[in-house]
This record gives sequence, structure tokens and C-alpha cells, in this order.
Amino acid sequence: MPMLTLDKVNTYYGNIHALKGITLSIEKGEIVTLIGGNGAGKTTTLRTISGLLKPREGNVRLNGEDLSKYKAHEIVYKGISMVPEGRGVFARLTVNENLEMGAYSLKDPQGISRNMERVFTLFPRLKERHTQVAGTLSGGEQQMLATGRALMASPNILLMDEPSMGLAPVLVELIFDTIQQINKEGVTILLVEQNALMALSIAHRGYVLQTGEIVISDSAENLKNNPTVQKAYLGME
Amino acid sequence: MRTSLSERFLDLAVSVFMWGFRILIVSVILFGTISTILAGKYTSEQWIDFVVQGISQGSLYALIALGYTMVYGILRMINFAHGDIFMTGAFGAYFIATWLNNIGFIDGNPLLGLLIPILFAMLVSSSIAMLVERIAYRPLRGAPRLVPLISAIGASFFLEYAFRGFFGPGVYAYPPIKALDGDWVILGVGIQKVQIVVAVAAAAMMAILYSIVMFTKTGKAMRAVSENKDTAALMGIDVNRIIVSTFAIGAAMAGAAGVLNSLMFRQVNFFIGFVPGIKAFTAAVLGGIGNIPGAMVGGLVLGIFESVGPSLFLEGLGIPRPYQLKDAIAYTMLVMILLFRPSGILGERLSGKKA
Repeated sequence: MPMLTLDKVNTYYGNIHALKGITLSIEKGEIVTLIGGNGAGKTTTLRTISGLLKPREGNVRLNGEDLSKYKAHEIVYKGISMVPEGRGVFARLTVNENLEMGAYSLKDPQGISRNMERVFTLFPRLKERHTQVAGTLSGGEQQMLATGRALMASPNILLMDEPSMGLAPVLVELIFDTIQQINKEGVTILLVEQNALMALSIAHRGYVLQTGEIVISDSAENLKNNPTVQKAYLGME
Repeated sequence: MRTSLSERFLDLAVSVFMWGFRILIVSVILFGTISTILAGKYTSEQWIDFVVQGISQGSLYALIALGYTMVYGILRMINFAHGDIFMTGAFGAYFIATWLNNIGFIDGNPLLGLLIPILFAMLVSSSIAMLVERIAYRPLRGAPRLVPLISAIGASFFLEYAFRGFFGPGVYAYPPIKALDGDWVILGVGIQKVQIVVAVAAAAMMAILYSIVMFTKTGKAMRAVSENKDTAALMGIDVNRIIVSTFAIGAAMAGAAGVLNSLMFRQVNFFIGFVPGIKAFTAAVLGGIGNIPGAMVGGLVLGIFESVGPSLFLEGLGIPRPYQLKDAIAYTMLVMILLFRPSGILGERLSGKKA
């Protein structure tokens, strides 16, 4: 049984029909990517899974359990964490406080400090700056913080919204290496990206979204060689 | 984009006018101050009295202002019922203190006779604030900003007239605490015990609140929610629960202020929350709304100016009964500080980042 499934999910912003029957599934241990242009519904899909938006029709299931009865803050306790678009670090909180907020759902102090060590091992830069206010960090450091913060909750599934946005190529490489490492440590990843080439280079499978619908679903390897994908999202002729 | 010559001229004219206005105000104040000091009507003891009175009054404003500023920080909403929350605390304390006084408890244990009414007032104020939040504000979350504002004004009137209905329009006298009569002499200056107790108690409450906000899990979550509710929810923070805690903690401060106010002025009435509420709101804006240390500083600054200002600035200008103008001073102060620092004393410049 897949770990996470979306079954004919329809999500609206007011009257705008943003997701038109999205069906997808993610197996435990996978990196799955959603690619697509602006307004395709990638972020909306993640926000629907994390409970910030509720589907009007269809449902999101985690290990078979329907998540629609849970509020966003309860879904974290189910093992789903999200790195929001634009990073969303708490700018006036310190790096440490941001990480503590990431572990808000955990009760056991030892687990929290273990997770913090793990984050500092993944991102030594954050350790150097742990007392600094997050608003003073560079874009790359903020992305590290947002990723680390999501890991603080010991998630089984990590949802990542455009981690490469606005970052220099070197930092994008670093973040994507880290995503692979996090995945190897056993975290299932759903990655939303505009940078389709980078996303497909680390993902196992991918879905292509267009105006709220899934138009192609295939392995990452096949997507990279798919002429439509190459033309529309990889900038190849 | 190029602006036309006439627009640039207008900009220049406006800024010249604003600077002229600022310079005019500062010179009027300087002139009044210098001529008051030259006239030498007040002794230095009297000046100290004014300042001490200002500090204890100002620390009450500060304590109430915290509730305005915390709720604004988290919901971007002015809780106009907050002054009346202060009044409900004072009423609660009045009843329990009167009872304690009648059984002779306050005379025997003045410290507990002070602490029990304070704790009870905090409890009363918090409970009422949580009810107001649940009934009058939460259903309107997400409505345009004016809607909860009107609802807050409605809640304010509701509380005032509900208390008037239950307890009548009369003034109740808060029981005297004999241990607080008289003066303490500090560095050769006699200062009323009540004023010292009020200032110290208010400072202690503020220290407690500040530690809660800075160091506890709930306090950190409050700061996270005030930055971004959606992201806070993604951390597993129950945003509604944090909002309720914010109302409760702010109201507890107002409740404590209600008791301290009763110690200073001895009067409890359904309407006592109105003026301190408006003043505390002014203090919160003065300090930079949304900013907790700002509310504390704003309250103190307002209290001291209100107390010292009439004699210091106005007396020298030849105004006959300057003390009658104490409220005018308070609001002139507000306008002046905002003229120089539109975001308040400790407020951040409002940049585009608050989307």
C-alpha cells in the first residue's frame, strides 16, 4: 500500500478551481517530484496535503487514513512536515528558536536535542549562527533553516516547496545533495520544483502538473527523455 | 519614473512645512520649560513628586498597554474592550478584598491581602477576555479589519453596561490597606508607600510577562504566530489556542493593573476602564504597537509626561491652570512623537515584508 495517496482531489480558492481531480501516490522511501509552470497547482497540492487547504472533493490518505478530519497543526503529529514556499522562517526568532518551533509537536526533550544535533550535522552553518535572528540570514541559510526546522518534527514525509527558489547554483546543489541525504536516512520526500532538471536528477518518479491537472506521470528517467517535458520544462528543443 | 516639477515642488513644500512645525513645537516646549525653571515656583521635592507619581501611573498604563500590543501583534486588531477587561479585574478584586477586610484578614496579612485580590483579578479578567475572544472575535476572524474593530467596541459597551446593570452606577470604595499608608523615605525623599508598591508590582508583572514571551514554549509560539499563522500551524502549533493564551495573558496583566489602580485611587466603578484603556492604547502606539518593550516604555513615558508636563511645559507659557490640561499633554505628546518617529519609540519601520 502506498504511504500517501491523493484520490481525485479538488481544491478551490474561493470560486477558483485550483486542483481538478489530482490523483497521485507516494511509496515509502521515494523522492517524488511535481513539476509544472506557474499556477499549475504545485503549491496548492502541498498546501492541501498539509491541511492548510481542505479539498472540496476527494481525499488525502496517509497509510490508508483519511486526513480530511485533521487541522493543519494536527497533521504534523501524523508525521508530515512541510518546508513552505519562500522558506517562511520566523524572521524575528533566532535560529535556535526556529528549530525549537519545528519540534513543537515533540514532547521528549532528548528527542528534540537529538534532532537538533542531526540538523546541525546536516547544516553546520546553522550551528555557527544558532543565536542569530533568522531575518539576518542569507537566502541559502534561510533555506537550510526552513529545511532543518521541518526535520525537527521527525517527519516520515517531507513536503518541499521550491527549495531552489532564488538561490545561487552552488547552494542549489548543496540543498539538493542534502535532500538526497535526508531521503537516505529514511524520509519520504515530495518535492515541488520549477527547476525541473534538478528535481528530476534526484527524484525516483515525477508528475507533471498543468492548470490543476496531472498530465504526465512516469519515472524520473523517462520524464527526462520525454520530448514534451524536455520542450516545456527542461528548455530543450 | 520621473516626477514633474510641480510634484517635486509640492514634496519640498510639505517637508519644509513639517520641519517648520516640528521646530515650532520644540521651541514652544523649550520656551515653556526654561521660563518655568527660571520662575522657580516648584521645589525639587515637588518635581520628584511629579516624577514618582508619573512613574506609578505610567507603570499602570504600561501594564494595560501590553494587552493591546500583544493582541495587535498576533491579530493586527485593536481590542477596544481591553480597558473594560481591566475594570472587570478591579471589580473582582474589590469584592474579594472587601470580604477579606471584613473578616480582618488584610490587617493581619497585608502582603497576602494584596496578593489574593491580584490573583483573583487576574483570573476574572482572563476568563472574561477568553469569553470575549470566543464570542465576539473568533467568529469574525478573516472578516475585513473594520468588522472585528466594531465588534470590539460593542464588547466594550457590553461589558461596561453589563457591570452597570449588575452593580449600579455608583462608586465602590476599595478597602484601605493600613500597611500602605504613609511614606517611605528613600535617599532623603519621602515617597508614598502606595506609589512604590504599585510601581514595583507592575515591574514584577512585566518581568514575568517578558520571561513568558521570551523563554517559554507558549511564548515562543506566540511570537511565531504573530509572524505567520500558516507557517506556525505547519509547526504543529494550534494557532487558536495560542491566540486565546495571548488574550488571557494580556488580560491577566490588565486585571493586576485594575487592583493596583484601586490601591492608588480607591475607586471602583463600571466606567473606570475607559480612560486608562484609551491612555494605555495611546502608550502602546507611542511605544510602537506590536512591540512589547515598546508598550512598557510608552506607558512610562506617557505617565511621566502627563504628570510632569503640565507644570514643566505649560506653567511657563502663562497658562493659568495647567494641570487641567494633563490629558491634552498626553495626546500632544503622542502627536509629537509620531511626528518625529511615525512607527513609535521602539517600533519597526513598516516595510513591505508584512504581507
